[in-house]
Amino acid sequence: MSDEKPMVEGFEAPISLHYTFAAGHAISKFLHSIKEGKIVGQRSPKTGKVIVPPRGSCPETGVPTTEEVTLPDTGTVITFTVIHIPIPNNPIKPPFIVANICLDESDQTFIHLVSDCKNEEVQIGTRVKAVWKDPAEWDYSMDNIKYFKPLDEAPVDIEKLKAERLKAVEKYRHA
Amino acid sequence: MREVAIISYVQTPMRRDAGANNDVEMLMPTLQEALSNVGMTHKDIDFTCSGSCDYLGGAAFAFVSAVDALGAVPAIAESHVEMDAAWALYEAWLKIQCGKADTALVYGFGKSSHANLPNVLSLQMDPYSVQPLWPDSISMAALQARALLESGKCSERDMAEVVANSRRNAKSNPKAQLKGDFTVDQLLREPTFVSPLRKHDCCPITDGASVMILAVREKAEKFCKRPAFITGIDHRIDAHGLGLRDLTVSESTRIAGEKAGANKGPIDVAELYAPFSHQELILRDALGLDATKTKINPSGGALAGHVFMACGLDRIGAVATRIINGEANRGVAHATSGPCLQQNLVAVLEG
Repeated sequence: MSDEKPMVEGFEAPISLHYTFAAGHAISKFLHSIKEGKIVGQRSPKTGKVIVPPRGSCPETGVPTTEEVTLPDTGTVITFTVIHIPIPNNPIKPPFIVANICLDESDQTFIHLVSDCKNEEVQIGTRVKAVWKDPAEWDYSMDNIKYFKPLDEAPVDIEKLKAERLKAVEKYRHA
Repeated sequence: MREVAIISYVQTPMRRDAGANNDVEMLMPTLQEALSNVGMTHKDIDFTCSGSCDYLGGAAFAFVSAVDALGAVPAIAESHVEMDAAWALYEAWLKIQCGKADTALVYGFGKSSHANLPNVLSLQMDPYSVQPLWPDSISMAALQARALLESGKCSERDMAEVVANSRRNAKSNPKAQLKGDFTVDQLLREPTFVSPLRKHDCCPITDGASVMILAVREKAEKFCKRPAFITGIDHRIDAHGLGLRDLTVSESTRIAGEKAGANKGPIDVAELYAPFSHQELILRDALGLDATKTKINPSGGALAGHVFMACGLDRIGAVATRIINGEANRGVAHATSGPCLQQNLVAVLEG
């Protein structure tokens, strides 16, 4: 088989497609708020739960969410991991913490960094607060929050926190 | 075989651009309406299946986020096809036939306004020998139209008649994007766009979503006075390479129609998914339709609005709606996928 040609491993295919993208009404509103340094979620008219970042729908029941709820920038670590791989072009050096954070007065977690702390001291239930970029740098981005920093508060029992939240949203629930 | 019927169908208005709405926001009110029209909630649905294409939005796994519109807590049985939602309906129909579900919700959605759809569709071609040439969907359809004209099977006047009928029929379809009164001579005076196609021979670019609910007879009769039963359904595919088949006929449609039993009874209404005017003529021929006995595309068809990934489901929905409303007893719906009518599905619906 000495006359067999080598395998073709690649060729140029000059295709380019240009897309515009619509984030949707809910995410657009959220991005406008975060540009002003405010975190705004939406409440489900059925479950009463506050979703942040909002996606315009209640994922539990599939109904539209419209009521806006301005949230504090403090929350609780629901779970976390320590990452040993650097993020390209990010000043935060490994090992660093990525956590699933539930903001106070909300009912859905989102992912962000936890920093400016001893990694060993972060645990499930650690209380955290957002550290914002200089307002001059604020854009339509979650990046406006550089990271969350642990508060000088005792960690909370997240099962208790979940139960408290379920009780707190009861008055907004419409089956 | 279990008797399966369509009991509800809702379509968003077909628009050139749905603006700031994302897929979920487009879908949610439509879903709620399809359920509430028959007094159902999402808890009454055993299986959910959707059809959409990530290439339309340019975001991988975009269809997963559409689950936010469903109310998937506790977790639901769900599936997705990267095909027109007519094939999602086929999967749901099979699921019900297998006894795994008694009810199913089927939906399709697409925002073609995000990109240039004819160019996006070049990606469906063979990646080694055809795709690098970047053949857009309109040019490929034009090759087929030219072959059809030269074969003597149709004239440009016949194509213009298809368009005039579509625009006229669409006047009674409140969801239609393009409608109005045009004479054949008026249409023939328009310049060609991609020869021999004129702009009006091509389907428009449309944003929208559609939702349908299926149920077995016992459930269907509980939720709907006059369900539209699926008494036949089949889909067939022709070879991928355009050079491997006679573009002036659609063998896959003919066989699917035969297997579905399209001509085993009178056809009151037929809805054909023909994105280009000449393709309606090919499809009529493949299904043996007689325009003097059958209302063809009373909704206006794909030329009146073309939600890519939902347009086939919309054809089935348009026939089902006429049966549910008592305007027809027996109808045939057709869906297509791929370049130049490559893959075709035919469903027979009866009241």
